[in-house]
Amino acid sequence: MNLMFPWLVLLAPLVSAAAITLFTLRWKTLSSAISIAAVLVSFICSCLIFAHGTVAAAEFTWIGINGVFRVPLGLTLDPLSRTMAVLVSGIGALIHIYSLGYMRDDEGKSRYFAALSLFMFAMLGIVFANNFVMLFIFWELVGFTSYVLIGHWFYRDAAADAANKAFITTRIGDFGFMIGILMVWMATGSIVFAEIAPRMSTLAGHPLFLTTVALLIFCGAVGKSAQFPLHVWLPDAMEGPTPVSALIHAATMVAAGVYMLVRVAFVIQGSPTALLVVAWIGTITAVMAALIATQQDDIKRILAYSTLSQLGYMVMAVGLASNDAAVFHLFTHAFFKALLFLGAGSVIVMLHHEQNIWNMGGLSRKLPITFASFLVGALALIGCPPFSGFFSKDAILALAYERNTAIFTVALLTAFLTAFYVIRMLVIVFFGNARSDIARESHESPPVMTVPLIVLALFATLGGFAFFARSFLTLPVERKVAIFVPALAIAALIAGSGLAIALYRNRASEPVDLELLRHKFYFDEVYSSLIHWTQELLAHVSAFVDRWIIDVGVIGGSSRGAWGIGALLRLVQVGNLQAYVFLFGLGGVAIIYFAVFRF
Amino acid sequence: MITLGDYLIVSGILFAIGFAGVMVRRNLIIILMSLELMLNAANLSLVAFSRFRVGPDGLPNYNAQVFVFFVITVAAAEVAVGLAILVALFRIRQTTSVRDISSLKF
Repeated sequence: MNLMFPWLVLLAPLVSAAAITLFTLRWKTLSSAISIAAVLVSFICSCLIFAHGTVAAAEFTWIGINGVFRVPLGLTLDPLSRTMAVLVSGIGALIHIYSLGYMRDDEGKSRYFAALSLFMFAMLGIVFANNFVMLFIFWELVGFTSYVLIGHWFYRDAAADAANKAFITTRIGDFGFMIGILMVWMATGSIVFAEIAPRMSTLAGHPLFLTTVALLIFCGAVGKSAQFPLHVWLPDAMEGPTPVSALIHAATMVAAGVYMLVRVAFVIQGSPTALLVVAWIGTITAVMAALIATQQDDIKRILAYSTLSQLGYMVMAVGLASNDAAVFHLFTHAFFKALLFLGAGSVIVMLHHEQNIWNMGGLSRKLPITFASFLVGALALIGCPPFSGFFSKDAILALAYERNTAIFTVALLTAFLTAFYVIRMLVIVFFGNARSDIARESHESPPVMTVPLIVLALFATLGGFAFFARSFLTLPVERKVAIFVPALAIAALIAGSGLAIALYRNRASEPVDLELLRHKFYFDEVYSSLIHWTQELLAHVSAFVDRWIIDVGVIGGSSRGAWGIGALLRLVQVGNLQAYVFLFGLGGVAIIYFAVFRF
Repeated sequence: MITLGDYLIVSGILFAIGFAGVMVRRNLIIILMSLELMLNAANLSLVAFSRFRVGPDGLPNYNAQVFVFFVITVAAAEVAVGLAILVALFRIRQTTSVRDISSLKF
């Protein structure tokens, strides 16, 4: 196969984004057609690459300084990146098509599709990058395009703020990531993954250095994959159009963090301390997000917190040193979460952009296709056998059971909570009586939106079965942990769902009110007051420096110093010529004395 | 036999007298004269050094004597300027005493 062929996957969306931005902004239908064509080209090429098992692609040198520093532009083509490319471009393609329906009447449709194409380019770039610099560039590009997409309705303050928040929060993590990359380069003299991996063994004697590097690189993933404590941007990112939420939350942006961790696992696995930190951050995120999700009213926010929680599972798996389990969950999660978001989008559009679940109800009869697919997604999310989520979550739970009992306990609790809030949402949205007029008058979405749902539902069902998943992934090795773990998981599932059904059946409003969870553990409040106080403190310090040190000290000091010295010196001007001469003579004598007799 | 030391002693006495004149007298004309005395004291020692420093060829070192000519020239110019200032000052103030010239005093 031609060496340039794999580059086509990457370049098609870029060409589309450029063409739309430069030429076809006025013709919305043409723009969307170009964008969809580009993503389909990417998808087909990815499939071909996957089918052929291509390993080689052309490589260029971008920066080369006599062997000291080399930045190639090259593609990694291994089983992982081939699978991810198919997943990303496949789900991306479905979301592009779905967007046709969702963004039907939008003013900025051309702009939207251009940004979507650029996003696909950036995300595929992360998947294929074969070195840290390329990865970082695409990483930032994903950050930028997500900023554009979240802020698509920029005239709404909430959307503009959410876009800023997403960009700035992820930047905080990226800063650590960049330092980590520099440290890796400093230690190994290379930024190419394939060259770094064998050189890592030379660092085995420096555990502190390794831990620092691993944690700094993990910082990037904390930002991008919205892990505690930088998770705050993700729920707000729901202000963007729903297909964007689906794209960002399912297979792409947030998965980029986990993918990156897996890609550079050789760095992280060098340090047991770093692994433990990674595992616990994942665990904390998982349980915290699940707790918050139980008290949210916005259908998209519930899904956003469930994304956080599932990402926590993946990061936990990375921290427990099992990349296979993490990627397996990433794979199944991509399908069912895209499905859930698109389903939610379908509900939202049909209810004229109503997102509060308490204004819905009884939708199972009005939107049967959406309901059926949403149900599949929900069952996969809570890990109900035989849907895909069951297998991947079970793999992670088994792993946790084997390696760390404390993490296993928390993970099990999270599974219980997941079942609780998902069934709660399902019961409130789709069952009972319609609680508003819009809900009563709603009807099923057009085929352009339901077909992607059906396709995704199929994959969400199949995705976990070994015969299907094995053709894409290396499945985690199932050890003999007896029937104990899946049994516990299913027990948690039944308990959670049962509790949710008992609590929320035929309710018109929230029966439980937990302030702490409703306010998301006050993270936003704490952060904003933290920023506020930091700014205040900084302002006070700089005001003090300006007023007292610069104004009074430097400026006032030098002027007063000049005055003082002048006042002292003019006392010498007595106006007596003879006195001057006398002093001059004395001076001369003194100089002669010192010059002749002392030296 | 007159030695270099004798000349230097005379030169020193002349310089001291000149310096004392500058320091003690109040009349500007006298001060200028005393300044000339100090310059000539220096000239005397220069000539003496020249005369007593005979090179291997039996000739004195003429550098110092040339230097003396320069000093005399500069001294003449200085007196010209000094007297001009003095005349101008006398026209304004009707005095040549340095006591009365203290307007730059703080």
